[in-house]
Amino acid sequence: MKRLGIIGAGKLGFALARLALAAGYEVTIAGSGSADSIELTASVLAPGARAATATEVAASNDMVVLAITAHRFRSLPADLFDGKILIDATNYWEETDTGDIELATAPEGTSVLIRDHFPAARVVKSLNQLSYHQIDELPRPAGAHDRVAVAAAGDDPAAVRTVMRLIDELGFDPVDAGSLADGRRLEPDGSPYAETYTAAELTDCLALPLER
Amino acid sequence: MLKHLRELEFGVDSFMPVSNGADGLPIPGDQVIRNTIEEGVLAEQAGIDSFNIGEHFRDDSMDSANHVVLAAIAARTQKIKLGTAVTVLSTQDPVRTYQNFATLDAISNGRVQLIVGRGSAIESFPLFGYDLREYEEIFEEKLDLWVRILAAAATGEPLTWSGKYRPPLNSVTLTPPLRAGSLTTWVGSGGSPASTIRAARYGLPLVQAIIGGDPARFRPLIDLYRRALVEYSRPADLPIGLHTLGYVAPTDEEAVETQWPHWLAMHERASIERGWPPPSRAQFEHEVAHGSMFVGAPATVAARIAAAMRTLDVTSFHLHYAVGAIPFQQRRTNIEMLGREVYPRVRELLASDGDASHTAHDAPHTAQTARAAQAPPSEHPDQLHAAAAAVKSPVRTTHAPLGEA
Repeated sequence: MKRLGIIGAGKLGFALARLALAAGYEVTIAGSGSADSIELTASVLAPGARAATATEVAASNDMVVLAITAHRFRSLPADLFDGKILIDATNYWEETDTGDIELATAPEGTSVLIRDHFPAARVVKSLNQLSYHQIDELPRPAGAHDRVAVAAAGDDPAAVRTVMRLIDELGFDPVDAGSLADGRRLEPDGSPYAETYTAAELTDCLALPLER
Repeated sequence: MLKHLRELEFGVDSFMPVSNGADGLPIPGDQVIRNTIEEGVLAEQAGIDSFNIGEHFRDDSMDSANHVVLAAIAARTQKIKLGTAVTVLSTQDPVRTYQNFATLDAISNGRVQLIVGRGSAIESFPLFGYDLREYEEIFEEKLDLWVRILAAAATGEPLTWSGKYRPPLNSVTLTPPLRAGSLTTWVGSGGSPASTIRAARYGLPLVQAIIGGDPARFRPLIDLYRRALVEYSRPADLPIGLHTLGYVAPTDEEAVETQWPHWLAMHERASIERGWPPPSRAQFEHEVAHGSMFVGAPATVAARIAAAMRTLDVTSFHLHYAVGAIPFQQRRTNIEMLGREVYPRVRELLASDGDASHTAHDAPHTAQTARAAQAPPSEHPDQLHAAAAAVKSPVRTTHAPLGEA
């Protein structure tokens, strides 16, 4: 069975869990504490998802989404995701990550910092682009005229392809956004952020020079 | 099916926005404050159950000291409940909050309700010297202290407490003493599952704020709250409130066209601050048609409110009315229409799907359920006793008669 792990038991984590379950994935989700602390929440907000610890999520999945407050990645062990595809769905927010100068200024985007922290993980930046409202409301079957595009950026082509397949299964048109550093285009105030583009529009948008 | 049909509560919420004058220019802040007092008085005259003021520290909102404004309204009203929406407990000293609101409770003769929350606006953190990275931990501690303060006030026993974010309290009795059964406290949530669980853990009623998207999407969080109440052995039928945005005018078109430029201006500011794409007319119209902007003629808005209350199974509703710089005269008209036309109509709509088989749920909360409701969470069993009987049932509502319009 296809499996997806989710680190982060907040709005985005559960929205992604629901989508993945609907797409036939076996989903394991972890918050910042014990499995018990999110078991009830998981059973109501994403029935079928298994509550676990971050360590268990990493151990039992080859593909894991990081859906936490951005600066908290530093609290996870550097070898936690060795060899795994790690989908970085975090965004730097001044509100919640204030004082994290490295994240605030990251010249190659925040995902590069995350790769540096988890050097043996196959980091792909994706699923950070839409709000959890949009994640809930916008998925459409393949071929639907109003299907929205979601990009994936990474330096490991096989990992990017796998994530693009996941994006398609979740109900979005996948678009290859280039290298992990190119992924900074998908961040808040990079232009495609929170936009509901078709695949062609998103591809065009990513081809434009970055204004920042 | 809606429970507590006889206990429905309809309020209005204001962040005291700097509104435009007749010349289209912003009016001075002190005038906004005096206008808000008039709006509160008018809300009572129009038959609205509660008038609630936010707490912000930014140049477009004059609600930084909401308890003072509420006190002025209290002195000129008799029935209407006076509340906050929300009190950002994280960056307040709960001791000071108690002193302010216990005083307001005395002035208003027990009409105070607070909605406490972590705050979605974050400007208070640097202003008062708190670290946003501790957002979660700070709120948890402050809420714990708040519940213990209420418990001590209810029993008259001195409070001993220590924590990380304020100096310890050693056998302190806070003044003024609290009128029995007042300072009803709700927890406001923007939709984070952790906030929902926390409200249930403390046995506090929940207010779900929905400021974007289809309200129906929040139903799973309501279910989560109900399930968690059972899990934490709290009364399973604590009330739930809903807060959305909206604007009422004689016709749908007038309402939409009046609200639109102000919605646009607010979202343009937010888009710059948060890196979102610029707002569009299509987005606004989508929010009006399917989302959480309840904008239109009285019948339209009443239908949206009734539908959302049914879908989410909530008994309390607050409309954050006339957001943005909409002029005072239109804010007044909006309050009048809400109180005299919209809310009576919502009551009719909800009464029409009443069901005799559900009358068992209509019984008012007993003192016993209320006592069980608001003890601090069970990880502090030593304090459970002191916390019992903290606050009376939050459901005490002044009812506007049906068909008042």
